[in-house]
Parts: sequence; structure tokens; C-alpha cells
Amino acid sequence: MKILVSLKRTADPDNANKVKVAPGGAKIVTDGLEPKVNPFDEYAVETALRLVENGKTRIAGDTVVVASFGPKEAATNIRQSLAMGADSGLLFTTDDDSLDGDLVARALAKVVEAQKPDLVILGKQAVDGDSNQVAQVLAETLGWPSATFAMSVNLSADKKTVTVGREVDGGVVKLTLTLPAVISVDLRIVGAKAVTNNVTPAAFAYNDGPRFAPLPMIIKAKTKPIAEAPLASLGVDTGLKVRYTGFELPAARKAGIKVKDVADLVERLRTDAKAL
Amino acid sequence: MQSYLFETEEHSALRAQVRRFAAREIAPHANEWEEAEEFPRDLYARAAEAGVLGVGYPESYGGGGGDLSHVVVACEEMILAGRSVGTCVGLGSHGIAIPPILRVGTEAQRQRFAAPVIRGEKISALAITEPGGGSDVANLRTRAERDGDHYVINGSKTFITSGVRADLVTVAVRTGGPGHGGLSLIVVERGTEGFSVGRKLKKMGWWASDTAELVFENCRVPAANLIGDENAGFIAIVMNFAIERVFLAAQCVAIATLAYQESIAYARERQAFGKSLTGFQVVRHKLAEMATRIAAARALTGEVVTRCLRDGDGPALAGLAAMAKNTATDACSFVCDEAVQVHGGYGYMREYLVERLYRDARLYPIGGGTREIMNEIVCKTEGY
Repeated sequence: MKILVSLKRTADPDNANKVKVAPGGAKIVTDGLEPKVNPFDEYAVETALRLVENGKTRIAGDTVVVASFGPKEAATNIRQSLAMGADSGLLFTTDDDSLDGDLVARALAKVVEAQKPDLVILGKQAVDGDSNQVAQVLAETLGWPSATFAMSVNLSADKKTVTVGREVDGGVVKLTLTLPAVISVDLRIVGAKAVTNNVTPAAFAYNDGPRFAPLPMIIKAKTKPIAEAPLASLGVDTGLKVRYTGFELPAARKAGIKVKDVADLVERLRTDAKAL
Repeated sequence: MQSYLFETEEHSALRAQVRRFAAREIAPHANEWEEAEEFPRDLYARAAEAGVLGVGYPESYGGGGGDLSHVVVACEEMILAGRSVGTCVGLGSHGIAIPPILRVGTEAQRQRFAAPVIRGEKISALAITEPGGGSDVANLRTRAERDGDHYVINGSKTFITSGVRADLVTVAVRTGGPGHGGLSLIVVERGTEGFSVGRKLKKMGWWASDTAELVFENCRVPAANLIGDENAGFIAIVMNFAIERVFLAAQCVAIATLAYQESIAYARERQAFGKSLTGFQVVRHKLAEMATRIAAARALTGEVVTRCLRDGDGPALAGLAAMAKNTATDACSFVCDEAVQVHGGYGYMREYLVERLYRDARLYPIGGGTREIMNEIVCKTEGY
């Protein structure tokens, strides 16, 4: 079993309130914010690792490869996934500004052709642009089955199919995909028992959330390979199809009001908010 | 930049992990645990599981590897992101209790006493200070008399961090004659007959960590629990002190940094006379002075760490570690005092973090060797 996970670095999402808009609204300014792994991509790494484990031990022969597109510094973010347990990294260098969802998806398709993974797992979207395109465009480009916003993944015992749970209005839809396939994951995928592979005992529960990388793994990650090559080496058209025409900050929130009681609340909802 | 000069990408990766642990597991409960004067016992296991507790300990005993530099940055993130100094120091009491066991204990003792603590299964404490004397270590009075294959211990210890809940205590005892040549270290386990917790002490700060008075009355401990050779305990105690002082200096740098960050945030937000506090030069200069003292303390603390890693933690380190501790404790006391001042009336209120940090800070010129003892050490190493 070989799993490819894609990773994007985003400006520190915990300090999103420090993001500024450049004068004239030409672009978003994230100066001074530490680039961190997109949280949904971290969940994708966690998902991949759980699929290649028997509880706390790795299944021999299974591998997790992490690919990223961006400046050389993105190697730091890849290494973080290696410290979590991924086996190797691929970094295709380019400017952060020279990428869009379409290009990343087409470039990833080339990576898939070369790496031949059984499964590609991505975060459902990056928390900076919130574009939510790469998994869908990648699956279309490859002609592979896909399931987006996975909240649960079950790998069959014969490793030929995955059954993906997706939260929809009123319940959960389960889709069974024949591998190779593309999955994008949502927040609930890192729940204690959201990922199952018919190897890890059913009683085994993971800790909620992506795992902590202990110091020995951090040290070991330094010796794991990260292959670096220019994005252009993949032979994709590097032209951008997505154009941003302007940015503006949302209007500052106004202070709320305090209501006396339920009757007052209903009255306000009817007269002021016109919600009833 | 809030980091040490010795840091590498590895340290920043470790910081990120510890920060995430502390922000998730400690910060949401910080006030509650400080007010309750206790944190849940299972935090030890969770910290071990996340790889936080074992930083700096060999992997062969369940630790996470790494050295003093890793312990220092992990400790800093625990305080910055956890926002409860009491919890961090309680959780970290093994940092002084376990090193002597690893340093001079036998392999069997390391596996039996140290490993379960590093795995977060047991709580450990170090007991040196006595009601009758703290600084004067060479004259401590708790006696351990050899009786066949046991020692019979009589005496008491006080100000013992984590002592109330400790499963095992590394105790300094007198096995020989007067002076430093008659001291030994011995591990006393909870439940040993004659060993009891006298009382849980009420403190000015560090509320979330329990502090105990321990009593030994004809307490029979197997001779196999003696750590190192009989009457050779003083050197182990002293070596341990030097490292403890580096930890304490690093805690001071972290606490001061936290108080400084809180002050900047408050000064930016708080309005007076039609502008924010940062609009007043008098406040900006206060902040600048705080930042400068922290930078100086961080530089010296970092130098001790670097020298320790380069030259080993021999006697030459003791003087510099003492200087670093005094520099960092002074910086911390100054910064926390100014932080309360910047916060004005709110700084005096329990609901504000700086009020608590101010109380926590007062421990440091006393614990782990007083400021005055530090100066005595400097005098000795300087040769006058």
C-alpha cells in the first residue's frame, strides 16, 4: 500500500486576525506570520498514517509519501509530516504566488503518474484561500474515483476498496471506491475511530486529532529523504487559470445588544432583525 | 525573537509539538487548577503519551532523547502555551528527582525507579530541604541508620514539590558523620511503613503544584534503594543543583516572556486619556526595559546551556549556572512587577494572569538555592 498526501503551507491559521490586505486590495499580506501546515492537510497525513498502521506499529512495506509545492522553506513543513511518521517527501519548488488550485492539481497528477500510489489523500481545502478545488480537479484529471470531505475511511481487508463516510444534511452517505482513488478529508476524520483498515484491532482507539511528533521522531525526520526539484521539471503548463481581482477585509463586527428576557428577544428578532 | 541562540529547526519542531500539547491540555484549565491547588494525576500519562514528559531522558528508559537544550525549550513552551506555572513545575518535578538516579544509580534502579516516572506512570519528588535548614545542605539532619539489609530513616523534609502525591521520593539522608562527607541519596517509596506526608503546604504562588512536608519515623527502606555509594551523596546533590538552576533560570525567562507578552497585549488594548497605553512613552519605555532584561537573561541562560553541552556539567558550570539563575530570577521579578504595574488595578486582580505570575515569580530567588547562596557559589568559583 502506497499513499500520497499533498501538503500546503499556509500563514499561521491561529493568527489569522493578523492577515492584512495590501493597499489597493491587490493581495493578502501575511508578513510576520509563521507558515504552518494547512490543518486539513495535517489531518490527511494522520489519515494516511492510520491506514498503514496496526495500532501503534507500522505495517511493513506500506509507505506514505508527502508532496508539496512552494519555496524551499516548505521543506520544514514537509519534515513535520516526516516527524509524524511519513516516510519521504517531495518538494516542487516555486513561489507561493505562482500557484493556483488548477496548477497544483495538474502537477499532482504528474506526481501520481511517477509515484503510482494506491491512494491520494488531501485536506478538503486550504484554510487560506478556501478554494476547495485540488482533490476534485486531480480526480478528474486522473480519471480516478473520488470522495470529498471524508469523515470516516475504511480500507477493505483485501486493500482493493475504501469506504468513505461523508456528512451530508440529514445523515452520512457512504461511498465505496475502487482503488486507486482520491480522497479529501474533513475535520472529523481525526476522531478516535474514524479511520479503520481491518488490521488495527477494532478496540484500538487513537487520540483525537493529529498525533504529536515525539522528539525521537523529530530527530529521525532529519534523516528521511526529501527530494527537491523545480515545479517546471514536472512538465506541466505553469500558467495560472485562477485570477484574483481584488481583496477586502470583512466589515468590522458591530457590538451586540443585551436583551431583557425571552419576550424582548422575540420582539427584537421580529422588529430589528426581521428574522421572524 | 523569543528563542535561544542554540536553537535549530529540531528545537522549533519540538516547540510546536509542546505548544500544541500545552495549549490543548493545560491552558483551558489553567485557572481552575491553580485555584484548586492541584491538577489531575492523569496529566502525567497524557504528557508522556504526547512525548512531552520524557524530553531529555534516554529512550532506553522510555524517554524522548535529546539534551538540556531540548528540555529548556520544551519547558519554555509549557509555560508560554500552558499559562500555569504551577502545573508545569508539578508535572516537571521528575526533572530534579530522576537525574541523580540516572547519574549514579545502578541499571536495575534506573529501570525500577526512573523508567515508570518517565513513562508517566509514577510521580517522583526530590527531598533535600528540612524544617531546620535548607541552604545548609551539608548539615542536614535526617538520619539513615544501617540495620542489616535495610536503612532506618528518621527525620523530616519540607517544601517538597509533588511530595503529596509522589510515588517515590529521592531523599537526602545522613548515613555517616557530620558535614558533606556523611550524606547519601536513597529512594523511599510511597506506602513504606514509617513514611508519611505531614501536610500539604499553602504557598504564595505555584498553587497548582502540591508542596509537602514529609515525615520519616523509623522508616525501614531496603538498602538496595541507596542511590550511589554510601556517604557519596553530596556530589550527586551538588551536580543536580547546577542543572536545576539552569531549569529555574529557563523557567524565569519563560515566565518573564509571558508576563511581557500579556503586558504588550493589554497596553495595546487599554485606552486612557483618549489613546492606547502604548501611545504613552512612559509605558513604551517600561515595555522596552522589560524586553531588554529578558533578552539579557535569555542570553546568559542560553550560554550556560551551550557551555554545558560543549564542556559537560562539571564544577566549572556551577558558577555560571548560579549567575544565570540570579540574572534570570531578577529579570523575572522585575518584569512581573512591571507587568502588574502596566495592568494597573486589573494587575492586582486574581482574574488577570500577571497577578498570578507575580506571585509565582517570588519563588525563584529562594528555591533551588537562594540568591545569597548563588552569590556564595560565584565567590567560590571566582576564587575569593
